[in-house]
Amino acid sequence: MNSKEQYYFHTEIPSTFSRHWFYFKQNRLAFLALIIFILIMLVAIFANFIAPYDPIEQFTDSIHLPPSWYDEGTTQFIFGTDYIGRDIFSRLIYGARLSLFLAAVVVILSASIGIFLGVVSSFASYWLDVLIMRIMDFILAVPSLLLAVVIVAVMGPGLPNAIYAVALVLTPHFVLVTRSAIKQQLQKEYVTAMVLDGASKSRLFVYSILPNILPPIIVQLTFAFSTAILEIAALGFLGLGAQPPRPEWGTILSESHHNIMFAPWSVTIPGLAIFFTLLSVNLLGDGLRDAMDTENK
Amino acid sequence: MGIILIKHFFNLLISFWVLTIFTFVLAHFFPQGVSFIFEPLTDPSLAQDTPTNIIELTIQLSQSYYYYLNQIFSGQLGFSSVRGTSVFEEFFIYFPATLELSITAMIFALGLGLPLGIIAAKQKNLWQDKLIVSTTLFGYSMPIFWWAMLLVMLFSLLLGISPVASRIGFEYDIHPITGFMLIDTLLSKQPYATEAFYSALNHLILPSVVLGTVPLAIITRTTRSSMIDALAQDYIRSAKSRGLSLTRVLFKHAFRNAMIPILTILGLQVTLLLTGSLITETIFSWPGAGKWLLEAVYRRDFPVIHGGILAIASFVILTHLLLDLILTYVDPHLRRQQ
Amino acid sequence: MDRLQYRIPLILIILISIGGCNNGSPSMVRDHVLVYCSEASPQSFNPQLVTSGPTFDASSRQLYNRLIEFKQGTSLLTPSLATRWEISDDGLEYTFYLRQGVKFHHTNYFKPSRDFNADDVIFSFQRQWKTSHPYHHVSQLSFRYFDTMGMKKLIKRIVKINDYQVKFLLTRPDAPFVATLAMDFASILSKEYADYLSILGTPQNIDTQPVGTGPFQFIRYQADAFIRYKSHPGYWKGKEPLDGLVFAITQNPSLRFARLIAGECDLMASPLPIHIQVAKNYPQLQVLSEPGSNVAYLALNTNKKPFDNPLVRKALNYAINKKALIKIVYNNAAVAAKNPIPPNMWSYNKAIEPIPFSLEKAKQLLTEAGFENGFSMELWAMPVQRSYNPNAIKMAELIQQDLAKIGISAKIISYEFGTYLHKIKQGEHQAALLGWIGDNGDPDNFFTSLLSCAATRSGNNSAFWCDDEFDQLVRQAGIESNIKVRSKLYKKAQVIFNQANPWVPIAHSRQFVLTNQRVKNFHLTPTDGMYFSGVSLASEKTIPSNNQIDKEQ
Repeated sequence: MNSKEQYYFHTEIPSTFSRHWFYFKQNRLAFLALIIFILIMLVAIFANFIAPYDPIEQFTDSIHLPPSWYDEGTTQFIFGTDYIGRDIFSRLIYGARLSLFLAAVVVILSASIGIFLGVVSSFASYWLDVLIMRIMDFILAVPSLLLAVVIVAVMGPGLPNAIYAVALVLTPHFVLVTRSAIKQQLQKEYVTAMVLDGASKSRLFVYSILPNILPPIIVQLTFAFSTAILEIAALGFLGLGAQPPRPEWGTILSESHHNIMFAPWSVTIPGLAIFFTLLSVNLLGDGLRDAMDTENK
Repeated sequence: MGIILIKHFFNLLISFWVLTIFTFVLAHFFPQGVSFIFEPLTDPSLAQDTPTNIIELTIQLSQSYYYYLNQIFSGQLGFSSVRGTSVFEEFFIYFPATLELSITAMIFALGLGLPLGIIAAKQKNLWQDKLIVSTTLFGYSMPIFWWAMLLVMLFSLLLGISPVASRIGFEYDIHPITGFMLIDTLLSKQPYATEAFYSALNHLILPSVVLGTVPLAIITRTTRSSMIDALAQDYIRSAKSRGLSLTRVLFKHAFRNAMIPILTILGLQVTLLLTGSLITETIFSWPGAGKWLLEAVYRRDFPVIHGGILAIASFVILTHLLLDLILTYVDPHLRRQQ
Repeated sequence: MDRLQYRIPLILIILISIGGCNNGSPSMVRDHVLVYCSEASPQSFNPQLVTSGPTFDASSRQLYNRLIEFKQGTSLLTPSLATRWEISDDGLEYTFYLRQGVKFHHTNYFKPSRDFNADDVIFSFQRQWKTSHPYHHVSQLSFRYFDTMGMKKLIKRIVKINDYQVKFLLTRPDAPFVATLAMDFASILSKEYADYLSILGTPQNIDTQPVGTGPFQFIRYQADAFIRYKSHPGYWKGKEPLDGLVFAITQNPSLRFARLIAGECDLMASPLPIHIQVAKNYPQLQVLSEPGSNVAYLALNTNKKPFDNPLVRKALNYAINKKALIKIVYNNAAVAAKNPIPPNMWSYNKAIEPIPFSLEKAKQLLTEAGFENGFSMELWAMPVQRSYNPNAIKMAELIQQDLAKIGISAKIISYEFGTYLHKIKQGEHQAALLGWIGDNGDPDNFFTSLLSCAATRSGNNSAFWCDDEFDQLVRQAGIESNIKVRSKLYKKAQVIFNQANPWVPIAHSRQFVLTNQRVKNFHLTPTDGMYFSGVSLASEKTIPSNNQIDKEQ
């Protein structure tokens, strides 16, 4: 029994987080996606305990082995081996670590720059705002992969450059989301009230606006995460991202592209890994957005 | 209306300014190759002057930027460092192939996405809706390079009903007139012109499906949500109560209003299609602008990279402008606002 | 509403049926046009300017003729544009009697008014030879082959005796000279066309819109997409059985193979070993195979540390497991190399002991050289596949593993092929995977082109190894005309090569071509060239279609 209730009528208003969580849990598909996503994360983090072999170790005696459920497959290599005898299962698991880690780096990088620019442009003078928005419009207008490819072309192929390129491509989304969320909040009456109370811009931002623009940003984070995984894989596939023998999902797929006719499993299995990861992240994002939308309605 | 046009024109100018500044800076970062585009060589003594202060540097940079603008607006994009051919001319050889592919992909995405979205909206929360929505999520999460490989495996390698790659069977000698294979085959005077047309069409299907998948997912979802919004409006209820047929309500009243959000996202689809064409063209060995650029990246052919990104971005900016204009024309809100 | 739901499957059915439409009545075009899935875009259409096989395939081998040519499928010499030739007793004067009535291509960009004659021969050589020649600097590319073969110094004068007689005067006797003239760079261009272009003011077109005397003539080219030829109606050997020839440029080998199976092309360049292995499952395919005249090697740049140290070079020779490379990369369709020339070539030194695979010995040599803790290096690998090396990246990854075991950490680096070759010519690499296909059946073509001091300057000697004794032997063998003496000299040179180890010689591969059963009269050449003259196609109907094959399996 709540002690306050002894004295006066009181109902505890659940916190924002717990309300969102409540709505989110009701969406069973999204909840499942969350569980799958957490599992994938765990696999990535504990890759060195789960993977049976080193991802670049070559078993020269067993090349192009099909997965274990084929007649010629062995249980030693669950998903078979690739064209120089590396265990596909281990490569995928280490690939999960690499891909998710890279995507996380990209998202952190682009989110911090994007949110910063979004805040600046919504509080800054008209001309600065126009300038920032035009530049962002431009980045959005150029086909994202093309922009990334060009940046990699100038700076040379390799992981760090691929990360910068994809981060640059994702930044405008954060700017737009942040800016429009802030603009929306600035029109609310409680903000007007605070302004009339004489609150400074920084106080206004930290105490009243920031908590309210978090939901759209969180949703954007998940979508950016899935886009980052996809773009990094695409760059890897085109040979401009991670370089062999690094086990990155896109790179693995591009290597197996050559064997599509004789080892179809080496195409399907890594593809499924990317696909399920993206699916779970996207479902998660959809679920989050719906949960937060329901809240607003 | 005049004010709107001026505003759009102003936006266009700023976009081009940002674009040219970007390519100009990019050209400075290239390790080699494109400097001849923007350095006036009339007075070599001037070029050797190293600027001593900020003002001089600014003057020098703006001079060379001005020269650069002059060059690109007169169609001078330099020459491929690998082949020695004019980049400007090459772009118009390769781009129609990309355009043809993108247009077919767009037709596929709209042709399938609009009806699916309408059905989903009509049957909201029923099994049809759930099936369509979850399928779109699949489409949205599909890495298209993998999707392309799966389709090739199934339709080309296993079933043998679709060609593996390229725009047309190589036995057909089609003289390029417009650059669009479907049109060129029809214009061709070869005895096998019709047959070549079907060959070209057959070659288009698989790549268009691959390229159109992500736009399809997005268009279906947008159509669905905007149709749901439109169907919830009062005027729909009144239309229904007047006893109008369902088809009439759906198409004449609801869909017209649901069009606007769909038109708004079409601009994004153009960008998306060009992004996707990079991968689709690589896998299907499609001789379009995406593959052309990618090969240039592999070969470090900087004049082509520079010219290609400039041309493609200009194209995107212009299509966005066009869509904006259509939108202002279609959307009464926007018209009144100005 | 319900109607709408029915409409969608209907649309789908229509779309699919459009796709299936071309199964209708096929015209017979496919029976007269050969489609060849080639592996790369040509660098130019002028064979004088380049050294790469795909460019020769697209230019000299279809469009041009030489004074003397190799008999198809062999390395025997046979008269071509020259009907016969005489060599003076001192070996310094070569007189060629030219064929009469040879027509140049009649194209929509040039209409020739006269037949081939001595002026064309002189133009074709002068252009490469004289820096003052108006056509010498027309292209950005240089005449590398001409230079590498030492022709500049070798030729003293070229004299026109009359319209159908040309005399070459040499500065010294040169045994392989006639064979040299059969090589691709010695193709004959039209002087009349060059004069015409000079008047138009577009001399550069001579290399992009070619006019020659060969069996096929140029129609159209789109970089990275296709090259289209038609047969030359006035060809001096008679019109070709084929009406048209198309090079479908397909860099990706698995895509090439898929296209071959699907019947989109009739012939495929550089199949991967795995393709050869599975080709027997497809009754519409045939495998053509010959021992190749080639070598794949890892060039160690002797100008760069640590490969200036012969001990380190030797250590690498011990550390690389060639047997594994041959098994995995070549699928056993190759033999391990110990010398720079292939074993089927005369003067091959069988007596040389191959360096065994021994990590202990390699480590010991490294310690001796002062690298007991190993070092890190760059290992360059070609991005493309060649008949001498079906997958250089894969090979590099295997070598990387081998080297890791003796403490050397290698970073694999690859560039687009043109850039790759260019950077190697500049000597930017430490160690690079390369290979060579002999062009004229003479060992000189390997020794002088790849390992002589002159080749360090032209950049073809990618080890930048210049050994006086070796160079002396090779030069002597080039002048000598007695084959036994030459053989002895080359054998000695191979001993020196094996002491200095400028390379890790890796393998000599068999060469393969996969074709459709329809392709008749196609011959592989030891020089790895694609010659489509004389090739014909059987009618498509005689070949089982894809569906039937599926049932048979």
